[in-house]
Amino acid sequence: MSTLMSGARMLAECLAREGVDCMFGYPGGVTLPFYDVLYDHQIRHVLVRHEENAAFAAEGYARATGKVGVCCATSGPGATNLITGLVDAMMDSVPIVAITGQVTSKLIGSDAFQEADTFGITRPCTKHNYLVKKLDELAQIIHEAFYIAATGRPGPVLVDITKDVFQAQGHYQPVTSIHLPGYKVFTEGHTGQIRRAAQLIQESERPLIYAGGGIVAGNASAELREFVQVTDAPAVTTLMGLGALPGNHPNYISMPGMHGSYAANMAMSDADLLIALGVRFDDRVTGRLAAFAPHAKVIHVDIDPAEVGKIRTPEVPIVGDIKRVLVKLTKLLVETPAEPDAKRSAARRAWWQQIRAWKDAHPYDTPVSETEIKPQHLMAEIDRLSGGDAIIASDVGQHQMWAAQLCRFNQPRLWINSGGLGSMGFGLPAAIGAQFARPEMLVFAICGDGGFQMSIPELSTIASNGLPIKIIVMNNGHLGMVRQWQTLFYNNRLSAVELEAFPDAEKLAAAYGFKGRTVEKPWELAAALEEAVKEPGPYLLNVKVTPFECVYPMVPAGGALNEMVLGPPQPVAVPGT
Amino acid sequence: MLQIISLVLENKPGALMRVTGLLSQRGYNIESLTVARTLDPELSRMTIVVDVDSLQRAQVIKQMNKLINVLQANDLSEGPTVIRELVLLRIRTAQESRTAVLKEAEIFGGRVVDSGVEGFAIEVTGDPEKLGEFVDVMAAYGEVEVTRSGALAIALDSKKLRLQPPVSTVGQGHPTPLHK
Repeated sequence: MSTLMSGARMLAECLAREGVDCMFGYPGGVTLPFYDVLYDHQIRHVLVRHEENAAFAAEGYARATGKVGVCCATSGPGATNLITGLVDAMMDSVPIVAITGQVTSKLIGSDAFQEADTFGITRPCTKHNYLVKKLDELAQIIHEAFYIAATGRPGPVLVDITKDVFQAQGHYQPVTSIHLPGYKVFTEGHTGQIRRAAQLIQESERPLIYAGGGIVAGNASAELREFVQVTDAPAVTTLMGLGALPGNHPNYISMPGMHGSYAANMAMSDADLLIALGVRFDDRVTGRLAAFAPHAKVIHVDIDPAEVGKIRTPEVPIVGDIKRVLVKLTKLLVETPAEPDAKRSAARRAWWQQIRAWKDAHPYDTPVSETEIKPQHLMAEIDRLSGGDAIIASDVGQHQMWAAQLCRFNQPRLWINSGGLGSMGFGLPAAIGAQFARPEMLVFAICGDGGFQMSIPELSTIASNGLPIKIIVMNNGHLGMVRQWQTLFYNNRLSAVELEAFPDAEKLAAAYGFKGRTVEKPWELAAALEEAVKEPGPYLLNVKVTPFECVYPMVPAGGALNEMVLGPPQPVAVPGT
Repeated sequence: MLQIISLVLENKPGALMRVTGLLSQRGYNIESLTVARTLDPELSRMTIVVDVDSLQRAQVIKQMNKLINVLQANDLSEGPTVIRELVLLRIRTAQESRTAVLKEAEIFGGRVVDSGVEGFAIEVTGDPEKLGEFVDVMAAYGEVEVTRSGALAIALDSKKLRLQPPVSTVGQGHPTPLHK
């Protein structure tokens, strides 16, 4: 069965066949034929106000659901504006498909109007990319793009389509199979290695589960819980793995790394076995590598063979789908329990006691002031209202770290943030994507005053779609994280970090037709947040916080995890004065 | 140290760019690179020599294998391998040195492909290191211009090309293998 139709319609058919119900984009000259099809097509197209935000919104959609997010831009500047979002998705393994228009194939290479070498530019920004110059390749390529984006280690795939392909008429035949002979998806872990892993787990005295974004991407949260229960090992989750284990789980310590908790970092440093699940030993987690987990053997499970052994050579490498590996590993541990060993049991009990002692000694600091709003106070209040059940889309910077420290997540896919790339301006458009994906959910966009101003144009998208996003600006009048580094490492010479003339939030929101407010007194905060949450529509809450707070604990760059600084240096009396 | 990588890749637009881009992106220096079609016109074989820290060698191969268009990437630095390179060399030499130049070329197994009043054009194939010596020797007799093909390598033990089977497309994120 085949039907005669244009390439533009064929693209829409393929997208619909992939289950795309919503996409984010910005039209332009060469994508006109596609937008003509979208005019009366079932796929909902969300018009953003800048292409970069189309990519971020597609990421928000994908991160909130696990489905492939779709964004679309025209040739030249449209395509180049997508780049940050593509790299962001690449770094955090987020499945998105980007459709870009390209000038007519005969004009390629002629420096035509709005021509850019999108295929060349996006090669290192994507898991794979395509340039479609022939209509008969289009349908096949679109389905390949979705397959590549969603399977294995997920990632962004870009399809650049020339205008003549959009316009050409051809016979559409639904694609039934795709053949990528060089694309290997590793699913089953090696049975022998899984057996060795089980043995190491049973023999270890101080095991620690180090779980990351792979658990979220691999939809393996339930399997992780099973595994944790069977091993009864303490667990940390990375920035990308927040929610992989519920924040109130008895075995959960918290986040490790540069701004991780004291207990998590000490546990990393003292463990004799690291069970690394869907993590990549990022430098923000490990600190100085030579001093990272120096006593630990490592079991490393990841679907990407290139991650296993990239940074740290594991004793037991397991390449496979994390969900399947965890099921097998848990089954093995249940079926072949360890011989009772009094010494090991005592060591495990002592390990747990030690971890509890670390947790009690230095929980995250949540200072509350009577005169000013402390940023930690703000995050604690948001956490109270969320109860671990709201989606929190965060921008990048200090607020991101405080939110990661202090907000709980009962499930995966509630914490949406730009982890690997650290793209400012991510939070608000990602919240838009997440809200479209999960319209029933309470969605917070937590931004700093810097990142918020990068994404201000999207207030218009929020207003025009009536998205009930609660935009919380943690406003310290500075680019807080850069300011923190200047304070701590550059003699407090504050260079280009002061953000003056922040707009009046109430008037700004009113200009877009929704409610907004600024609060600066700690006693107003709880009620203001409650009012924002109660508001059926969007709400912009500008929260003025103490300007010079630093995020602690902090592992200074080049430091070991257990050399973290727990708070601001105490004033020291100078002898003789 | 130098690592010799043999790649089999799909002969698709941009495939070469993906390989070279990956190498520069990950900070590996390319010493030489050759590429041409295989017996199957849809596939190309590439021999790449990269300068890479020995600890990173496995990582380079893994990254190569992640490229969708790469069907196989092998490290030929160890194991039985034949490595050959071609040099084309033009030498301007004085009349009295002509016989000596021909003698030296013969020692290196070279073949004169062109001869003129001013000198010769000589082709030599061989081990890349040996070719370096040949060029040095020739330079002693006069002004030389050299072009080298870059190393070509083939493993002496056969490595089976393992290809992935087709998958059926039944909608987003849930592809199922056609043949199990």
